[in-house]
Amino acid sequence: MALLEVRSLAKSFRGLRAVADASFDVEAGAIVALIGPNGAGKTTIFNMVAGAYRPDGGEIRFESARIDGRRADQICAAGIGRTFQIVKPFAGLSVLDNVIVGALRHAPGVAQARREALAIMERLGLAAKRDQPAASLTLPDRKRLEVARALATGPRLLLLDEVMAGLRPTECDQLVEVFRELARGGLTILLIEHVMRAVMALAQRVIVLHHGEIIANGTPDEVVRDPAVLECYLGEETEV
Amino acid sequence: MSAAPRADSTMAPRAMVLLALLAAGALVLPHFAGGYALSLATLILYFAFTGQAWNVMMGFAGQLSLGHSLYVGLGAYAAAALFTKFGVGPWAGVWLAMALCVAAGAAIGFLAFRFGISGVYFALLTIAFAEFTRIGFDHIGWLGGPGGLFLKVGERTHVDLLDLRGTPAMYYYVMLALTAGAFALCAWLLRSRAGYYWQAIRENEEAAQALGINTFRWKMLAVMISAAMTAVAGVFFAFYYNNLFPEQIFNIGQSIEIILGPIVGGVGTLFGPILGAVLLTWLADTLSNAVSALGWNIPGVKQVFYGVVLLLVIVYLPNGIWPPIARRLGIGRRD
Amino acid sequence: MSASLVTNVVIAGLLTGLVYGLMALGLSVIFGVVRVVNFAHGEMMTIAMYVAVLLFGAFKLDPIFAAVPVAALFFAFGYVLQKSLINPFITRPEHSQFILLVAVGIIISNGLLMIFGPDARSVQTDYMLDSWAIGQVLFDKPRVFAALMAVATSAALFAFFRYARTGKAIRACADNYLGAKVVGLNVKHLYALTFGLGAACVAIAGCMMTLLVEVTPSTGPAYTLLAFVIVIVGGLGSMAGALLGGVLIGLSEALAGLFIDPSAKSMFSFALLILVLLFRPQGLLGRKLT
Repeated sequence: MALLEVRSLAKSFRGLRAVADASFDVEAGAIVALIGPNGAGKTTIFNMVAGAYRPDGGEIRFESARIDGRRADQICAAGIGRTFQIVKPFAGLSVLDNVIVGALRHAPGVAQARREALAIMERLGLAAKRDQPAASLTLPDRKRLEVARALATGPRLLLLDEVMAGLRPTECDQLVEVFRELARGGLTILLIEHVMRAVMALAQRVIVLHHGEIIANGTPDEVVRDPAVLECYLGEETEV
Repeated sequence: MSAAPRADSTMAPRAMVLLALLAAGALVLPHFAGGYALSLATLILYFAFTGQAWNVMMGFAGQLSLGHSLYVGLGAYAAAALFTKFGVGPWAGVWLAMALCVAAGAAIGFLAFRFGISGVYFALLTIAFAEFTRIGFDHIGWLGGPGGLFLKVGERTHVDLLDLRGTPAMYYYVMLALTAGAFALCAWLLRSRAGYYWQAIRENEEAAQALGINTFRWKMLAVMISAAMTAVAGVFFAFYYNNLFPEQIFNIGQSIEIILGPIVGGVGTLFGPILGAVLLTWLADTLSNAVSALGWNIPGVKQVFYGVVLLLVIVYLPNGIWPPIARRLGIGRRD
Repeated sequence: MSASLVTNVVIAGLLTGLVYGLMALGLSVIFGVVRVVNFAHGEMMTIAMYVAVLLFGAFKLDPIFAAVPVAALFFAFGYVLQKSLINPFITRPEHSQFILLVAVGIIISNGLLMIFGPDARSVQTDYMLDSWAIGQVLFDKPRVFAALMAVATSAALFAFFRYARTGKAIRACADNYLGAKVVGLNVKHLYALTFGLGAACVAIAGCMMTLLVEVTPSTGPAYTLLAFVIVIVGGLGSMAGALLGGVLIGLSEALAGLFIDPSAKSMFSFALLILVLLFRPQGLLGRKLT
């Protein structure tokens, strides 16, 4: 039984089909990447898994229990954390307070939450900025904050939505290392990415989405050579 | 660059010193103040208290209520009715008052949050409920209707704490205790899980949900606590002024007076509502006296003053007067 | 209760409702375009009412004629208010804006109290008590004139937004702020223009209201709330909705006053507001909110 099982997931917006008949598994401890051109439906799938949207059809199972249609906060409580493509920091709060909010999901009190928050911020290189207002952070730090906050909720599955966008290669590599470490510790990661550098470095499996449908699902090497994938990204007349 | 915000759970030492000074001054005030100054001080405390109560909903949870007079009125009428019709004293009556207001707040909150009403629409909803109740109470003959409900005034020299009849000093101390209690409650709440969750909801509700916060439940809690606290203010109002008129107590003007202190002082802070109440009430009173001293009798001066101050604050110091002062004093962001 | 009494009340309610509709139209236009919730709307109308009363008192100028200069004055006032005070608030959080206008409203209504005192004032034209009769049915002259003026103003406004180039430019801003800027529209100016137009509507509505009711400083807040009820019931941002809402409210107020109790009529309006906010927040004709 895979940690996350998605079966025949479908979603339309006012007649426009965003996702159609998507099915895939994410095994426990794996790092899976979801890629595809803009508008392919990746974030829509995330939003359905995370409870922000209700699927029009299909099932989502997490740890063998059905979670489709549940509220976002219930899904977080079940063990799934997520980041947002456009980061949503609690701008008026300090960086530390932001992460404490996440840590309070499991911590019995504020003091314990604070300890956990500091530990996570240490891992993500945010400890030095703990008292700064979140609004004053640079974009890369905001992304780290987003990840730290989601991690603080103690998820077993982490959904990362384009976390690498806008980061310089060195920053990207740093974050990749953090994720690798977390995965070694048992965290399962499903990530949406455009930055191929990160995808190739992290992902054990890659799922390719195009026009709402899954057109490929395999190891990075397999997917990169798949003619259907090449066609959708680069157009028909391309030679590898 | 402003001082970094505090993230630890204890109040800054400087804030504690400030608090101690305020407390000391407040405790000995009746000794030095004459009758008029004492009643003004009581009024200031009343607005500091209601402002603090309103602040829980707005400053903490981010829900703008412009109909808080509803809770003042319901609380006042509940306790007053129990006293005048059944002889039940305020210490027992306050529980009914709180229960009634919590129910009202819960109803409004439920309707609003379930139906996804927020922002300006939520504010309008709160106004509508207050106005509806105002006109409704005008038609309740049993409670005096538009003619008002009156409590029998006791002797001003004899202190009857049980029925809240007594000297001006007694009322002052009761209100002081209530305000101190509200301050302590809000300080505790702000640093608790509730405080963190409310501020998260206020800053970005969607992100808060993604972190496992049941935003509906927590917003409801803010509304209910705010309503309960305001109910207590209503009970005090009834036993202090001894007369209640629907037109006056449920009036939207009352609701606006309640929000002035926190907005001018600083929404979401602890000292803000107190500072705002002190400043506004004292200045408005000084202004009124100056105008009468000049021999003019112009109704409306005080309100224009309030309006102008509100305008200036919202344009130039939208976070209120307290934050820049706090920075100067070296006190933390959230105090 | 005779049929003719009910009919007369209904007609009076409809005619009054048209004036309400004009008042709400101003609010709707301002919100629909500039996205500002003008919580000082009723207070602005009250100023217009006082001006009309003064002009009548000084020059015996009929409010119908006074409406034109007053509207021009208010247009300018609205334009300046938007450009100077309100514009920076468009990017601020919603409740900041709201409170700004609450402050403006407080200053206006209490300023009026300071200047004019609490006593009611009214306009007493020659035809105040006249009416036309068609059979048993009576049409009060002042009400008919006021309603006609309201309809004419609304029609002019509709036409402006439909056909005039500036009007279409304003609609473009409302639909797509960024896009409008990109194609070179001077959005700040257009916003100010719109606020001016909304203020002009309110001015004309105010002048017409003096034919129907007397004015006190506390009239303002009551009409602000009424305007909101109308606009929300009719649909925020919909011009036709504002008129429809106005007529509905005018009608329901008249009927509530007849069948229940004159003081209960506002209660009915508020109940309606609550119901609409809960079950159909986009109002009868408004666009669905995201």
